Amino acid sequence: MVNDPLAGDQAQPHGTNVVKLAAVVSLIGRFPALAGVDLSVGPGEVVLLTGPNGAGKTTLLRVCAGLAPVNRGDASVLGFNMTRRNDRRSVRRQVGLLGHSNALYDELSVEENVTFWAKANGADLASIEPALERLGLADRLRSVPVRGLSAGQRRRTAMAILVCRRPRLWLLDEPHAGLDAEGRDLIDSLVRQAVESGATAMIASHEPDRIAALATRSVVVAGGRIANGACP
Amino acid sequence: MNDATLGTASKVTTRLGFLTLAVGVVFLAYALFISPPEISQADSVRLFYIHVPAAIVSLYLAFGVTAVGSAIYLWKGSQFWDLVAWASAEIGVLFCAFTLVTGMLWGRPTWGVYWTWDARLTSTAITFILFLGYLAVRRLDMPADVRSRRAAVLGIISFLNVIIVRYSVAWWRSLHQGATLNPADIQIDDSMLFSFFLGAVFESLVFAWLLIHRFRIGWLETQLESAGIDAAIEERRAEGAQ
Amino acid sequence: MIRDARLIAMKDLRIEKSSRVLTTQVLPFGFIVLILFGFGVSPDRRVVGDANRSVLTEVAPGLFWIAVLFAALLAFGRSFAVESTDGSLDALRLAGIDPAGIFLGKAAAVFLQLIILEVLLGVGAVVLFNVQLAAPLLLIAVVIATTVAISATGTLYGALAAGQSARDTLVPLLVLPALSPVLLGATRATESALYGPTSDGWPVAGLVAAFALLYTAAGIVSFGLLLDET
Repeated sequence: MVNDPLAGDQAQPHGTNVVKLAAVVSLIGRFPALAGVDLSVGPGEVVLLTGPNGAGKTTLLRVCAGLAPVNRGDASVLGFNMTRRNDRRSVRRQVGLLGHSNALYDELSVEENVTFWAKANGADLASIEPALERLGLADRLRSVPVRGLSAGQRRRTAMAILVCRRPRLWLLDEPHAGLDAEGRDLIDSLVRQAVESGATAMIASHEPDRIAALATRSVVVAGGRIANGACP
Repeated sequence: MNDATLGTASKVTTRLGFLTLAVGVVFLAYALFISPPEISQADSVRLFYIHVPAAIVSLYLAFGVTAVGSAIYLWKGSQFWDLVAWASAEIGVLFCAFTLVTGMLWGRPTWGVYWTWDARLTSTAITFILFLGYLAVRRLDMPADVRSRRAAVLGIISFLNVIIVRYSVAWWRSLHQGATLNPADIQIDDSMLFSFFLGAVFESLVFAWLLIHRFRIGWLETQLESAGIDAAIEERRAEGAQ
Repeated sequence: MIRDARLIAMKDLRIEKSSRVLTTQVLPFGFIVLILFGFGVSPDRRVVGDANRSVLTEVAPGLFWIAVLFAALLAFGRSFAVESTDGSLDALRLAGIDPAGIFLGKAAAVFLQLIILEVLLGVGAVVLFNVQLAAPLLLIAVVIATTVAISATGTLYGALAAGQSARDTLVPLLVLPALSPVLLGATRATESALYGPTSDGWPVAGLVAAFALLYTAAGIVSFGLLLDET
């Protein structure tokens, strides 16, 4: 495990990068949430994004997901040019984003939510059962509306949806939010497993210690940029 | 930016402004003094010389420009047409309000009431609200390009609505035998027609003059914003350096 | 597109089935509007020249459709509220679902809910306003055409205002003037279905259907533009 922020960047030759951002500026309204990000992520890497609140971690993940605009600079994700709208649309289907919100419908049960999103994502419906099993969502929990679930149980449900989706690039925004120790370990092992089978991951967290063991590299985001060398 | 680009006026708009004034003087002379009073409506017909062109300018010219500008914006993505569509809608709403007020002022001496559920007046009122909705969308707090795209879709649909509303209200009123005095029935001579014509020219010029100025305000705002973005990026970067 | 539409529609209907907002909130709201109309237009007032006909009965078609429109506003708000509470719109974008499918699915779900609402409110109107029925087929045609028009328009404008804190006030401002021609047509056609002659009603129902198709087409074409945030 390499935990040195300076090590990874040059190591990846051009063309094989899963994510390559060059001087990316991303505006939210008039606010430059990203103010010139340079970052390359190679296949099989697990990059930990740390930094204070409001540093731009979430926007960085959303740019990679094709949900936030690239107003200046160049960005390519999974070989797609993120400055083009059609390319952004194509990327969206191939990444998996676990954001601040879980995208669950309160009135539907765990099972209904996971089934709906599996169908919407074009995922294999046979993968639902093992995914729920894996995330420790017991039978008795599956049929109650998710409104009644705890934050951790909702997070697990959202993660189950992501597992069914089998993304090539995992984008996790504070994945541990609301989870107990067991749940955190569960997510870590799922990410590790996905990476072993060929996926790449970027994880944002303001509690780097918890994820450091999982990451191949950690990067500090501050002021809408990558602050190299300022890593703890 | 030098001083010349900071204002909204230019040589063209100044000349256009004087031309508008000149046409306006001739128009007022014809509308108020030279043309004769109408047989049944007497002098209140003179309101028509300004009312009817205002209706045409707002409903068809201004909102038409909004629809066309919106379509070109969606097609080409050019900010120019987005701003034209916005400016035109704002001035259109102004003319639309003016149409309503002059229509009601005309109705009072003619029909004895301000509001008669006349088909044109009613559909103009609905159109007025339709485009107030458009302006409300333009003021939504969201990223500029998202807002512009939504406004453009709305601009096109709203213009279609203007036409649908106009025909449907006319049809609705035709079911009931309503107004005894149809505005189209007035006795017209040449000097009155000429007054209408001058009114249409005058108000189109006013529209064009306002449109250019309003467009430039919008354009300067976007210039200011994009200039501000560079500063904002610098500021944002400084956050990280602390 | 159709597959996506079905998926979205089934999901929205399942949410409705579980939350029962329609039956517990929207429907009672529609009923109270009908009753208040009775207060506004006194039930004792008679048509001039015909002491047997109540004004309320005469204007019942218009009042019914206004009540439906008001209730429909709640349904539109609800339709987009379920997407914005937990960031589902982003997830729908990431799923790569056809935006036209989202439009058709959401409009179809609203359509089915409104049809149920109209049947129940219609029974209420028959009882409260003492109306008769001359032409059931025409009435069915009018109800379907009008409901498609309302659902398509509301879903389109709902997306225009989606993700906005001002949504609850903006949607009525946009939808009501746009639907004013539909209200005129639906009222007229319903009048002729209830009191005759039906020959007046059919062409009007056709015009309402044309409006419905126009807005459905507009929604299919423009939904991608409205939902695509970047």
